[in-house]
Amino acid sequence: MGGVKLVATTQSFFCTRVQWALKLKGVEYEFIEEDLRNKSPILLKYNPVYKKVPVLVHHDTPIAESLVILEYIDETWKENPLLPQDPCDRAAARFWAKFADEKVVFGVWTACTMEGEGKEKAIEAALESLAHLEKQIEGKKFFGGEQIGYLDLVLGWIPHWLNTMEEVGGMKLLEAEKFPCLIEWGQNFIHTPLIKECIPPREKLIEYLTASLSYLRSLAAKKP
Amino acid sequence: MADEVVLLDFWPSPFGMRLRIALAEKGIKHEYKEEDLKNKSPLLLKSNPVHKKIPVLIHNGKPVSESLIALQYIDETWNDNAPLLPSDPYLRSQAKFWAEFVDKKVADFGRKVCMTKGEEQEAAKNGLLDCIELLEGELGEKPYFGGETLGFVDVTLVPCYGWLSVYEKFGNFSIEAEHPVFIAWGKRCLQKKSVSKSLPDQQKLYDFVVQLRKRHEIE
Repeated sequence: MGGVKLVATTQSFFCTRVQWALKLKGVEYEFIEEDLRNKSPILLKYNPVYKKVPVLVHHDTPIAESLVILEYIDETWKENPLLPQDPCDRAAARFWAKFADEKVVFGVWTACTMEGEGKEKAIEAALESLAHLEKQIEGKKFFGGEQIGYLDLVLGWIPHWLNTMEEVGGMKLLEAEKFPCLIEWGQNFIHTPLIKECIPPREKLIEYLTASLSYLRSLAAKKP
Repeated sequence: MADEVVLLDFWPSPFGMRLRIALAEKGIKHEYKEEDLKNKSPLLLKSNPVHKKIPVLIHNGKPVSESLIALQYIDETWNDNAPLLPSDPYLRSQAKFWAEFVDKKVADFGRKVCMTKGEEQEAAKNGLLDCIELLEGELGEKPYFGGETLGFVDVTLVPCYGWLSVYEKFGNFSIEAEHPVFIAWGKRCLQKKSVSKSLPDQQKLYDFVVQLRKRHEIE
């Protein structure tokens, strides 16, 4: 099965999770780097609804939204299944993926961007959401069990992106005493060769996050 | 062993309506439990400890939360009739994409049309109309989003159709005038028993929102 393209950026972990899925399945693809400050006609054509990355293009047909893409990849290329077989386990994986994308990502980014009084509260909220994940990984090597699965890919931003956000945002979230299991999982995950080869260089990521943070803070300062 | 299926729900919830329709479409016998959201039951708190929200589907004691996730669970578990998702991976991805779109945008705009005023309400009205236009484009000439029968997107969206006259009354606008395709689709869905018996009476919904607005002091 040929003709796979991925319209993406190197810095976005929503894009990296799709790369991980393709690599785990041994799928060859063309990576098309997008400049989000200057969106290409290709992106606007392939994702007119949201105009966002990632977009997977298979046989010239686009699929958008990273979680939808992950399931498409899993159903199209059957080797190394990402989602578990049992409907109950699948529902649980999907539940935690949605929770992570809606609460954890948002919570950590908010803690990163907030300054002053609000920061403490935002950090607390982020820690609360991370505590749920710590509970879920307890006693397991990966969220997928013995092998990397769907939920590992969805949470895979934690070992690399989260600590970069901590540095840029001037905060510490993942402390060893509170999150020993999540930290250990993160190390196992990020040092898996297929996974490691897709992560953006740390300095580039810091540069990118610092710029995003300044931009957001300048917008907030302009608000009445 | 006979399946034991319980649905924890709240009658006006468009999210709960999705599951009612799916269970009816597939002919799944279940117990419906109405929750008092001001006094949540121990069963709800135990079944959805993370969000403490309805709807929750409980199948043989195992809870599934989040309506779209529960819809997929229902489709995968009771896969012998009335499939909600097609079998082709690409078509499945499109159904999931549009269902997520409805989930993220439509319900939120609808809620804001009912529960806000002034500029915020205007923005929500326009947002809702934009969403409906996009969805009409996706529907095209098909009778249902699922093709010849009700599918995943139909079940996800039709509760919003059930709320339509309420949105129109509080927003003081007519969706019907601008979007006859959407209205025709909604009426077609309502002809299905699984839909008509799962959507509450519009007057009851309207009265519910009047009370809610009073409680939240929205004038």
